[in-house]
Amino acid sequence: MSFEQWLYTLPLRWRDRFRGRQVDRDLSDELRDHLEQQIQANLEKGMSMEDAQQAALHALGGFTQIEQQCRDARGQNFIENAIQDLRFGFRQLGRSPGFSVLTILCLTLGIGANAAVFSWAEGILFRPYPAVAHQERLLAVAGTARGESGGTPTSWPDFLDLQRNCTLCDTFFVSKITGTTLSIGDHADVATGSIVSANYFDAIGVHPILGRGFEPGEDIGNNSHPVVVISYDLWQKRFKGDAKIVGKMQRLNNVPHTIIGVTPQGFYGTFVGWAMNFWVPASMEETFESGGYKLEDRGARWIEAYVRVKPAVTRAQVQAEITAIATRLEANYPATNRGRSIKLWPLWQTPFNNAATLLPTLQIMMAVVAFVLLIACANVGNLLLVRSFARRHEMTVRMAIGATGRRLLKQLLTEGLILAGFGAAGGLIVAYWSRHALALLLPARNGTMMYLPGEIDWHVLLLSAAICLAATLVLGLVPAFQSRNIDLAGALKSESAGVTAARRKTWMRSGLVVFQVCLSFILLAGAMLLLESLEKIRNTSPGFSTRRVVQTRASLVAAGYDDQRAKTFQDELIDRVRALPGVESAAYARLTPLGYGSYSSTPIAVDGYEAPPEEQPTVEFNEVGPAYFATLGIPLLSGREFTRADDENAALVAIVNRTMKARYWRNQDPIGRRLQVKGKWVRVIGVAADSKYENMREDPKPFFYVPLLQDFVRGPVLNIRTTEPLQNISSALLREVHALDANLALYEMITLQEQVDRSTSPQLVAVTLVSILAGLALLLAAVGLYGVMSYAVAQSMRELGLRMALGANSADLLRLVISRGLRLTAAGVFFGAFAGLGLTRLLGKLLYNVSPSDPRAFGAALAVMTITTVAACLFPGWRAARTDPARVLRD
Amino acid sequence: MSKPSDLVQGTLDMLILKIVALEPMNGWAISQRLKLISSDVLGVSDGSLYPALHKLERRGWITAQWKSSGNNRRAKFYSLTRLGRRQLEKETADWNRISTAISSIVKLKEA
Repeated sequence: MSFEQWLYTLPLRWRDRFRGRQVDRDLSDELRDHLEQQIQANLEKGMSMEDAQQAALHALGGFTQIEQQCRDARGQNFIENAIQDLRFGFRQLGRSPGFSVLTILCLTLGIGANAAVFSWAEGILFRPYPAVAHQERLLAVAGTARGESGGTPTSWPDFLDLQRNCTLCDTFFVSKITGTTLSIGDHADVATGSIVSANYFDAIGVHPILGRGFEPGEDIGNNSHPVVVISYDLWQKRFKGDAKIVGKMQRLNNVPHTIIGVTPQGFYGTFVGWAMNFWVPASMEETFESGGYKLEDRGARWIEAYVRVKPAVTRAQVQAEITAIATRLEANYPATNRGRSIKLWPLWQTPFNNAATLLPTLQIMMAVVAFVLLIACANVGNLLLVRSFARRHEMTVRMAIGATGRRLLKQLLTEGLILAGFGAAGGLIVAYWSRHALALLLPARNGTMMYLPGEIDWHVLLLSAAICLAATLVLGLVPAFQSRNIDLAGALKSESAGVTAARRKTWMRSGLVVFQVCLSFILLAGAMLLLESLEKIRNTSPGFSTRRVVQTRASLVAAGYDDQRAKTFQDELIDRVRALPGVESAAYARLTPLGYGSYSSTPIAVDGYEAPPEEQPTVEFNEVGPAYFATLGIPLLSGREFTRADDENAALVAIVNRTMKARYWRNQDPIGRRLQVKGKWVRVIGVAADSKYENMREDPKPFFYVPLLQDFVRGPVLNIRTTEPLQNISSALLREVHALDANLALYEMITLQEQVDRSTSPQLVAVTLVSILAGLALLLAAVGLYGVMSYAVAQSMRELGLRMALGANSADLLRLVISRGLRLTAAGVFFGAFAGLGLTRLLGKLLYNVSPSDPRAFGAALAVMTITTVAACLFPGWRAARTDPARVLRD
Repeated sequence: MSKPSDLVQGTLDMLILKIVALEPMNGWAISQRLKLISSDVLGVSDGSLYPALHKLERRGWITAQWKSSGNNRRAKFYSLTRLGRRQLEKETADWNRISTAISSIVKLKEA
C-alpha cells in the first residue's frame, strides 16, 4: 500500500477500529438494502413473497457469510496487528518485570549518556545560538599571525575592509564580549554584554520585541551613540518587565545610555559560555574596553567577528577570497598588517570563545558514551540470552501450532521496540535533566554562572531514535537468532536444554562479558590517564606563587573614572594596602597570569636581531606596576624591578623573560639594549624567569613586561601577597576602597591558586565526566560478570557437588569460581589493553606530560578491574561453596 | 463461498471502478449495471460484489457516502476517488495491453 493510499484511508481505518459497532450496523443496512431491492425486483417478476425472499438470499450467497467476507475484505490491517503485538509484548514483559526493568535501566543509561553528550555538543559546538538565523552558514572570523597557530582578534578598520570587499558573504558582524557592573536601585551586579556592529541584529535575524535594534551609522564615531539593547532576562529580572522601558536611561560604566530595545526570550547572544545581558554599538567601544579609542587604529586588534556566507558557497571559496583581501591589506598597511592574515573557522572551532576550550573534552566524551552504550547493550544482550533460554519452550509451542518465523520475528522485534522505546524515553529525560550539568562543573566568575545549555533539537531526537532502532534490532534479533534453528520435535520431547546448546550460549555470554570488560578497561585506563594528567598539571609550578597571593579589581571603569582620577586613586589605594597588617607587598597589573582576558601584543624590533623576511616578530606583554615580580614571586634573573620612578616622565623601560632573551639576544645579556614596542624604543632593564601566562599546558614563550605607569590602564588587577586569610584581607581592602570612594565596588577576590585551578577546569570537567562514566561502565560490566558467574554456578551445581563429594572443600570451590571470573577478566583486559594503547592516543590534547600508554595508569586500571571482578564473583562463589553434595547429586 | 471462478482475477475490480466512475451509485445499482453491461456472461454473483466493494474502499480507490435513495431509505453510494481514477487508468492500460497480446496470439493461423 502506497503512503498516499495509507493517508487516504486513515479516517476509514480509524472508524473501523474505534467505531466498530457503527461499521457493523452500516454493513447490515447496506446488505439489507440490497436484499430488499432484489426482493422487490423478484416480486415484480411475479414471485411469491416467500420465493422472492429465498431467491434474493440465495443470489447473495447467505447474509451472515457475506457480512463476514466484507469484514475480511476490510481486513486485519498492519496497525491492528501491530497493536495486537504491542499488547502481547507488554503482557510478556510484564510477566518478567525484573528483566524488563533491568533492561530498560541499562538502555536508559546508555541512551541517556549519549543523548546528553550529544545535546551538549549540539548546544555548544554545532547550534550554539538557537535564535540566530541560518547558523549552519555562520563562520567565526579571526586574525592569524605568520608562524603562530591559533586565532587572534582583528581590528575594526580591517573588519570594515573585509565587510566592504567580500562578495561571497551575506553579512559580516562583530560581537565582542564585554562586561560592566550594573547598578539598578541599590543593587549592583556584574552583567555580561557584547560590543557589536550596527548591523548585528539584522545580520542574525533577531528582532527586538520592544523598541528597535541598532541603526546603520550607530557604530561610527567615538562615544557618539550611547544606546543599549537589553536581553529579555535582564528586562524581566532587573527592570521587572517594565512595559515602558524603551527610552529610559541606564548608566553603563558611568555613561548614561538610552535603552532602545529588548531582545526576544530565548536569545542569549553569540558567545559560547556566557549569556549576554546587553548589547552596545561599537561606537561605545572606549567606554567598555580598556586601551582607548580603537575604531580608527588598524594595529589595535580587539574585535571578534562572524560571517554568514551565501548559500551554496564553501568555506574554502570564502577563505580564498578573504585571504586575497587580507593579502591586499598586508601590502597596503605593512606597518600594522605585515605577516598577518584572516582565517575563517567553523563555529565549533571558534577560537575566541569556550567552544575551542570544550571541544577536546566533548570529542572524548562522544567516544566514551559510545563505549558506555556498547557496554549497556552487551548487558542487555546477556539478559536476552538468559530470557530466550527461558522462553524456548514458549517459542517452540507457538511454532508447533503454526506461527510462521516471520510472525515470531515481528513479535520479538515488537518486544525489543517496547524496551528500546522506554530506554530512549528515559534517556531523553536524563538528557533533559543534565542539559545544564556542564556549566555546573565549571567555575562561576564574578558570581556569574557559565551558560552552556544542552540543546535537545531534532538532531538529538534523531540520534536517540537511531540508537533506539539499532537497539530494537539487537534486542529482537538476538532471541530470534536463538530460536531460528529450533528443532521442533526434539525440543518438544525433551524439557531440559541440550548440552551443546547450553554450552554455545555460555560461550556467547562469556564473549559478551569479555567484550564489556575490554571496553570498561579502556575507559578506566583513559580515566586514570586523565586523572594523572590533571594531577601533573596541578602540581606543575606555574612559575609564580599561588598560595599566598590574592587578586581583585575595583570597578573604576564602571564608575566612570578618567585616567587622571584613576591614577590618583590607584596610587592612594596601593599605599593604604601596603600599610594593612599581614600584607607583604602589593602590585598592579593589567592582567594576572592564567586569568580571563587576552594580553596585548605588539610587533617588535630588536637591535642586532635580523628577522627573517616576511616575518614580523610579535610578542605579547603585560603592563605591570612596581613590585610586581616580588608580589607574584616571579624570580628576576638579572637586572631590576620596575619602581615608582619608572613613570610617564622617565625613560621607557621593559623587562623580558628568559625565552625572549634566548630567542632575540641569543642568550647575550640584553640589559641596557634596545627593544622597539608599538613603534617606540624602550630599554631592557631586567630579565625575569619564564612562567605560565595563558594556560598551564603552554610551552615557554617569549614575553615581556612594561611599567603600568608608562602604558596606563584604568582599573587594573590588584595583586596582594599576604599572610592573612582571604576573608580578612577582602574585608580590609573593601574598607580601604570605600574610605576613598564609597561608590566603588570590588570584583570577586580569589587567590592565584584559585585562578590556576579555574584555568584547568576543562581538564577537571574531562576527568569528572570520564570518571563518572568509567564508574558506570565498571558497574555495568560487574553486573554482567555477576550474571554470567551466577548462571554458570547454577548450571554446574552437579559438577560442583561431585567435586565436593570427591573431597574439594568450600575454599577450593570459591577459588574455582573466582578464578573462572578472573580468566574472563584477563581475556577482557588483554584485548582492552591492546585497543586501549591505540585509543588513548585520542586523549592527546587533554593529556599533559603523561604518555598515552603510561604504565601506571594502565596498572591502576588493571587493579580496579581485578578488585571489581573478585567482588562480582564473591556471591556466586559463596553459593558454590555452600553446595550440599548430597542434595545436588540426589536431585 | 461464491468466487467468480471464471472471471479473470482482478477484472471485477476494474469493472467496478469503471462503473462507479460514471456516477456515484449504491451496491444494488452497481450489481444491476454489471449484469446489464456484461450481459450476464461474466456471472458476477451479488455475493462477490460486496466484499470487492469493501476491499476497494479500504484501498482508497472508492469512497462511500450514505445518502437517501428515494422512498425514504438510506443507501451507501460509492464514488471514485482521485487514487481510484489513477488505478483505473493503469488497469485499463494493462488490460488493453494484455488483451491485445492475447488476441493476437489467439488469431495466429496454425501452420
